[in-house]
Amino acid sequence: MASQEAGTVVSARGLDLTFQTNDGPVHALSNIDLDIHEGEFISFIGPSGCGKTTFMRVVADLEHPTNGQLTVNGVTPEQARLDRSYGYVFQAPALFPWRTIAGNLRLPLEIMGISKAEQRERVTESMALVNLSGFENKFPWQLSGGMQQRASIARALTFNPKLLLMDEPFGALDEIVRDQLNEHFLNLWKKTRKTVLFVTHSIPEAAYLSSKIVVMSPRPGRIIDVIDSQLPTDRTLDIRDTPEFMELSHKIREGLRAGHSYD
Amino acid sequence: MKAILQKSPILPVLTVLLVLVAVWYAGAVWLNAPVLQDQYEREETTWDAPRLVEDAWSMERPVLPAPHQIFADSWKSIFKQRISSKRSLVYHGWVTLSSTLAGFAIGSVLGVLLAVGIIHIPTLNKSVMPWIIASQTIPILAIAPMIIVVLGAIGLTGVLPKASISAYLCFFPVTIGMVKGLRSPDRTHRDLMKTYNASTSQIFWKLRWPASTPFLFASFKVSIAISLVGAIVGELPAGARAGLGARLLTGSYYGQTIQIWSALLVASLLSGALIALVGMLERLILRRSGGAVG
Repeated sequence: MASQEAGTVVSARGLDLTFQTNDGPVHALSNIDLDIHEGEFISFIGPSGCGKTTFMRVVADLEHPTNGQLTVNGVTPEQARLDRSYGYVFQAPALFPWRTIAGNLRLPLEIMGISKAEQRERVTESMALVNLSGFENKFPWQLSGGMQQRASIARALTFNPKLLLMDEPFGALDEIVRDQLNEHFLNLWKKTRKTVLFVTHSIPEAAYLSSKIVVMSPRPGRIIDVIDSQLPTDRTLDIRDTPEFMELSHKIREGLRAGHSYD
Repeated sequence: MKAILQKSPILPVLTVLLVLVAVWYAGAVWLNAPVLQDQYEREETTWDAPRLVEDAWSMERPVLPAPHQIFADSWKSIFKQRISSKRSLVYHGWVTLSSTLAGFAIGSVLGVLLAVGIIHIPTLNKSVMPWIIASQTIPILAIAPMIIVVLGAIGLTGVLPKASISAYLCFFPVTIGMVKGLRSPDRTHRDLMKTYNASTSQIFWKLRWPASTPFLFASFKVSIAISLVGAIVGELPAGARAGLGARLLTGSYYGQTIQIWSALLVASLLSGALIALVGMLERLILRRSGGAVG
């Protein structure tokens, strides 16, 4: 797309997706228009079935839209996937149980044919980024759920993609661990300046992490509101007690209500 | 001490063994008595119960030999014979073992290759899978001796015909287990590989193959045991001169029941040892790969 402005990472125009299921067609995404720019942290929030995960999967070329246009880095999602231009973090850590943590982190590097010496270097680097140094030779089951999810984030960072797609990465964790990881991940984002697409169910998580929040609503999955966060870039968890944070949370909640998400 | 005995399985296992042995000895008296009574009548000897029991447990060709007779004969045939002797059960055991292992190797390789083909080529899944299942409806054990004779007639003798029976029995559990194992990685793992733009062979070696290891070993345990059965059945036709199967056959020709039971004992020891070996290999490999699987 020639008209696309520089710095746009993901661009969706009139995106539509209908799944054909045994119970009839399900309209998962309806007329999605969205531009995501480099360095943004975008949260997608909405109830189950609003299409937020589906949208991420379309960006990742794991699902194919029925209608409309989508570009990732100015090319088709398939080309972007073939170029290995994004790292995907799933809700489950999805570590291979027969590999050590370091072995799991090496997996994408082995597949991409990176030299052994550089593999070692990048694994060490990524382990340090998520504070897991020293756990290289442990197997996944020896780590707690939060550590496993950190390892899974580290795995997405090893090959240094500019774009991170995160599908409720902290959804299965308890609130205390989730708070820790939120704070930690925000620091990581500030350090690496990656573009992040982040799916969540949690209003405080979305408000705390994001530079922009996309509120979605189900049946059919559509965008209700796009909220720019006015919070300062330097945030700690304490910010959640400030009036600004309350206001932002309120806005998100209003958006969800407008989409009849509480029905 | 008491706590150890209560926890370990030794006590219950020994109890059951003791009961079985007692039943066996009683059974030996019961089954051998009619023959002995006939004999006493013919020889017009007087007899009483203690003598009957004693004789029933020390006959040369009993209907049912007593356990100590079987053990004595096995001991003699295993340890007191030259290994190369036709009377040595080590010799016969080795003949059977070699064709068991050959058949197991051929069957396993075939089974794995079929499974790999089935999961990667949809046409193969549709066309070959029904035939694989149908193949096991043939009573191969019943026609095995005929197969050996037919193969012998066209000049194929030795280990190969016997191994082919074993392989025929072996490949089935391996194929079924491996198809399931290679398909066991969940959607998230497959999606993950797709996001890396991994090739089919990378997905196979880095995801499908390691994920299927526990399934492979479960199949191996079944197939090594039936491989031994296949090898023994392959030795039953009159032509075979060596192997546990041949030993069983000559035993029954000449009414050498003790010899039959010794051969059976060695066969079951062999089978147990092979399964234990597969189990050890499994633990070794699973421990190396995290030990969380299986």
